[in-house]
Amino acid sequence: MSNETTTGNDERVNEMSSFRNALIRPELGGIIGTIAVFAVFIFLAGDSGMFSVQGVMNWSVVSAQFMIIAVGACLLMIAGEFDLSVGSMIGFAGMLIAIFGVTFGWPMWMAIILTFVICMAIGALNGLICIRTGLPSFIVTLAFLFILRGFTIFLPQTIERKTIIGGIREAAEGDWLSIVFGGKILQGLFIYLGDLGVIAVFSRGTRAGQPVVDGIPMLIVWALALVIFGHILLTKTRFGNWVFASGGDAEAARNSGVPVSKVKILMFMFTAFCATVFATCQVMEFGSAGADRGLLKEFEAIIAVVIGGALLTGGYGSVIGAALGALIFGVVQQGLFFAGVESSLFRVFLGVILLGAVILNTYIRRLITGER
Amino acid sequence: MNAQTEKKPIIEMHNIRKTYGPVIALAGVSIKIYPGECHCLLGDNGAGKSTFIKTMSGVVKPTEGDIIVGGNVQNFENPRDAMEAGIATVHQHLAMIPLMSVSRNFFLGNEPTKKIAGIQFYDREKADHETMEAMRKMGINLRGPDQAVGTLSGGERQTVAISRAVHFGAKVLILDEPTSALGVRQTSNVLATIDKVRKEGVAVVFITHNVRHALAVGDRFTVLNRGTTHGTAERGGITPEALQDLMAGGQELASLEGSLGGTV
Repeated sequence: MSNETTTGNDERVNEMSSFRNALIRPELGGIIGTIAVFAVFIFLAGDSGMFSVQGVMNWSVVSAQFMIIAVGACLLMIAGEFDLSVGSMIGFAGMLIAIFGVTFGWPMWMAIILTFVICMAIGALNGLICIRTGLPSFIVTLAFLFILRGFTIFLPQTIERKTIIGGIREAAEGDWLSIVFGGKILQGLFIYLGDLGVIAVFSRGTRAGQPVVDGIPMLIVWALALVIFGHILLTKTRFGNWVFASGGDAEAARNSGVPVSKVKILMFMFTAFCATVFATCQVMEFGSAGADRGLLKEFEAIIAVVIGGALLTGGYGSVIGAALGALIFGVVQQGLFFAGVESSLFRVFLGVILLGAVILNTYIRRLITGER
Repeated sequence: MNAQTEKKPIIEMHNIRKTYGPVIALAGVSIKIYPGECHCLLGDNGAGKSTFIKTMSGVVKPTEGDIIVGGNVQNFENPRDAMEAGIATVHQHLAMIPLMSVSRNFFLGNEPTKKIAGIQFYDREKADHETMEAMRKMGINLRGPDQAVGTLSGGERQTVAISRAVHFGAKVLILDEPTSALGVRQTSNVLATIDKVRKEGVAVVFITHNVRHALAVGDRFTVLNRGTTHGTAERGGITPEALQDLMAGGQELASLEGSLGGTV
């Protein structure tokens, strides 16, 4: 340490090449990965229909699903905590909507709002337990992974004697809030484009003449809205500063007057909110809720966030990066299908890219903090 | 320093006693802190330095004695009360987050905001600008306001922490052993920072057990030993040897010093 010069800094300025400067941006891995993945699949599956309107919509929807949960997981991870109960929360939320809206026959908007309230309360409970006991969120939310999954199976079995509850689409017919999650936008534009011949139209069947893609699902709208919201919150507000600080060093943040507990609990609630958005979109799309929905989603969210450059230890990361991580995810998962590659290889890819991303992140962390 | 400021202490600790059950940590310590002066608080480990500054910064309440700030007796219930009275502490373990940029650290908890369309946003330009300004004043050349604190040296971090406290209106700055873990060059930088802050009219309470560091910047010296003080000496009124003797309680060290060549 003592051989460092602290007065004449000029020689150290030169040391910092623009390459290194670019490297310490958290999104870098995500950007490179996205370019690489697109390059590979344009090469492998360029003529398979992957980049036709239908194909694009296909992987966009899958990516958007990952994005929704990745935004929540990203902010929470930057705040220094994990939530392993996201996947179970998705199943649980979907089941609650089905039970309230179908079994109990309540109006769908009421079912959705009530589900959001319950799930966010559980998120707050997760956070509260972590803060109060000082236990790692890893363990606390692992417990909730099992608790929520258990209830997701127990409730429909006890009430309906089955583990899948259908009839949601019928129950949601004409409901104003259901459209916000299950509807589509820009339908007029797609019909217009179909008429113009820009995008393909069905040539046969009951929908002959209609465009093959009839609008942008609300799922994608939610994904983009959450990414934009998360990014602005994190980088452009003082609350975002507190999120970074809470994850970077909770004690130091407290000494500076940051309400660390409040920040962390709010982020747990936001993660639960994202999981519930995912679940609501999913049950609206499928028309049913199943007890096995959302399995392993927590890990996929965390992997997307890590690919996006966030540090597992908190205090560093980017929502844009996480969104790119989710995009990589979606493109690869669907791209392997388009390319005709055995889909089980997707898991191999996941493992490899996760390892690569974590190693890269560790290296970047050393660059930032000057550790050796 | 002119005669006027000499007369009015910004903070006066009068006969502070602190006991933890049967243990007497402080047995009646009185000091006066003047604006624009560096008051060195010396003492060996266990002398009561930490307890004393904790009473000053509101972390612990004294069992007996008065804390007089600007002529009024104050009862600090918690550190926030002390902060509001303008007393800021820069801890050994800094309130700095290595992964965050200097400017974000600088304004942590006090972020400037600007309103766009009715929503409060973090005013990054203002934060960056003011941070660079404050750093330049302290003689730290940053690569940019977005440089991470983790890349700064220990001495530079101390300086950032000190200038942050001053920026947010600290009138009394308590530095808890800021030089204890630093190398020679970094120590001299921190001492230079103390000097700059003092010239701005801030009162500095400099806790150290290094006599040479104390003598380099101190205006007044108070030695704590086993919970009591042997009074306050002014600059020039005490020799390094005498100061060292006071810290060690005048025992043994005198004889040790011969064999160590006076380097302790």
